[in-house]
Amino acid sequence: MLELKDIVFEVPVTEGSSETKRIIDGISLSIDTDKFVVITGPNGGGKSTLAKLIMGIEKPTSGKIIFKGQDITNLPITERARLGIGYGFQQPARFKGMKVKKLLELAAGKRLPMLACNEYLSEVGLCSANYLTREVDKSLSGGELKRIEIATVLAANPDLAIYDEPEAGIDLWSFDRLTQTFEELYKQENGKSIIIISHQERIIELADEIVCLRDGKIESQGTVEEILPQLGLSAKSNSYCSFTEPPDLHLTEISTNC
Amino acid sequence: MAVDLSPIDADLLKTLTDVHGIPDGAYNIRKDGELLTRSSSANIEIATKTDNPGIDIFIKEGTKGEKVYIPVIMSKAGMTDVVYNTFHVADDCDVTIIAGCGIHNDAHEKAEHDGIHTFNIGKNSRVKYIERHYGEGTGDGERVLNPVTKVYMDSDSYCEMELSQIGGVTSTQRDTDAEVGAGSKLVLLEKLLTNGDQVAVSNMKVELKGEDSSVQVISRSVAQDNSKQTFNPLVIGEAPCNAHVQCDAIIMGNATVTAIPGIEAAHEDAQLVHEAAIGKIAGDQITKLMTLGLTEEEAEAEILDDFLS
Repeated sequence: MLELKDIVFEVPVTEGSSETKRIIDGISLSIDTDKFVVITGPNGGGKSTLAKLIMGIEKPTSGKIIFKGQDITNLPITERARLGIGYGFQQPARFKGMKVKKLLELAAGKRLPMLACNEYLSEVGLCSANYLTREVDKSLSGGELKRIEIATVLAANPDLAIYDEPEAGIDLWSFDRLTQTFEELYKQENGKSIIIISHQERIIELADEIVCLRDGKIESQGTVEEILPQLGLSAKSNSYCSFTEPPDLHLTEISTNC
Repeated sequence: MAVDLSPIDADLLKTLTDVHGIPDGAYNIRKDGELLTRSSSANIEIATKTDNPGIDIFIKEGTKGEKVYIPVIMSKAGMTDVVYNTFHVADDCDVTIIAGCGIHNDAHEKAEHDGIHTFNIGKNSRVKYIERHYGEGTGDGERVLNPVTKVYMDSDSYCEMELSQIGGVTSTQRDTDAEVGAGSKLVLLEKLLTNGDQVAVSNMKVELKGEDSSVQVISRSVAQDNSKQTFNPLVIGEAPCNAHVQCDAIIMGNATVTAIPGIEAAHEDAQLVHEAAIGKIAGDQITKLMTLGLTEEEAEAEILDDFLS
């Protein structure tokens, strides 16, 4: 479904400088249909940048991106979205005046009955009766906004869904519901694939394939059985591909009883 | 009363009232400075003023769930229409008033409408007032609207005013003054869109006079191209009261927005808050909508549409 060929991404060290820093350093990666891929690794390893390169939010310095047999390296975000790539942002945008229902409809590309909206929101642990008419503005908590962001990707139902740290900012109870949703959706053989950037063992365990990035390179790649022990998550030791900081998990008292 | 509306007039009316043709119930439709048609209802009487051009609208005590339409349409250039409309809302009412002015000007001359609206709102009454201002036409003649709104609220009343200028108005100066009595609440929601070389000035003065009175002022505006907007609300708390003033503006192109929210406390239990923010459309908003398949232009239009919704 997706093929990355020797992707390099460099940015100027400072604005206007001709000296560059390499964020992604020659990554080649192939993701087949019906795959659940987790990209993990230490902060600053290039995970989010790689995801943005796939969505078209950033353009690679060199290399090629092939999606469903088509070279999309130079296509804008909109075209990639229309071809079937979706993206759940780590830090979602807020929209003054836009109702949650409207955002879900924009994602789905059509008017949605209330029932369908309810379904998307309950899949991310939000009781929709309270949320559909609320505005996607600062009146929503970070956790609520994040779950709505994930619901927009569910509503868009892309062939390739990319989630950048979907667990960040979400309470433990909602996180359980979310993990279940990811599991249900992407364990089915429905011709769709998912890439999740995550530090969470619960999500990593769901993966068909784990890709560990460090310093802009693939440090290791393989199945859960092959890679998880090397990550040293349970032992919290600084082993092969360890984390420099603990993952964010903000506990709040948001009710998730839908 | 059968009234023939031209397609231009019908479109203008629809834009102002969301109603096709002549509405039901009480209404007064003014066209090019003259009465076009009028209807009173059992509880709402509309009468021509004797001292000034304009009308008095008398709403009987206890009137609930009724609407009054008083739109003004102008399709003739070269005239300045000044009209005084006074609403006398008795006690214990719950009514919706739909007003506004639509100008269609295909000429080179100016068309101007200045509506002076006064509201006397009785005890325990609720009023929702919706005012839309809109201009259109192919000519370069100015379309000018200078509304003056005065609100006097008795005790335990509620008034919500949605004042919007949805495009095409060359120049506007809006003056809104209010006095809020004990236990009463006023909500002022102003929405403004300017483009080209348009100029808009909005002055507000709200005096919170009674105990437990409150006001919420929300201004949402979009300034495009070379347009200029000035927003100048002042809230004065003279009693134990609450006020919240919020100005949000999106600025585009070479536009200028000036927001000067003012609060003046004249009582130690007056709690007054203001906030103002002016900025361009956030890049992350556009990017998000593009990841949902919208083009950059579609994303921008969607963001502005929702911001002013």
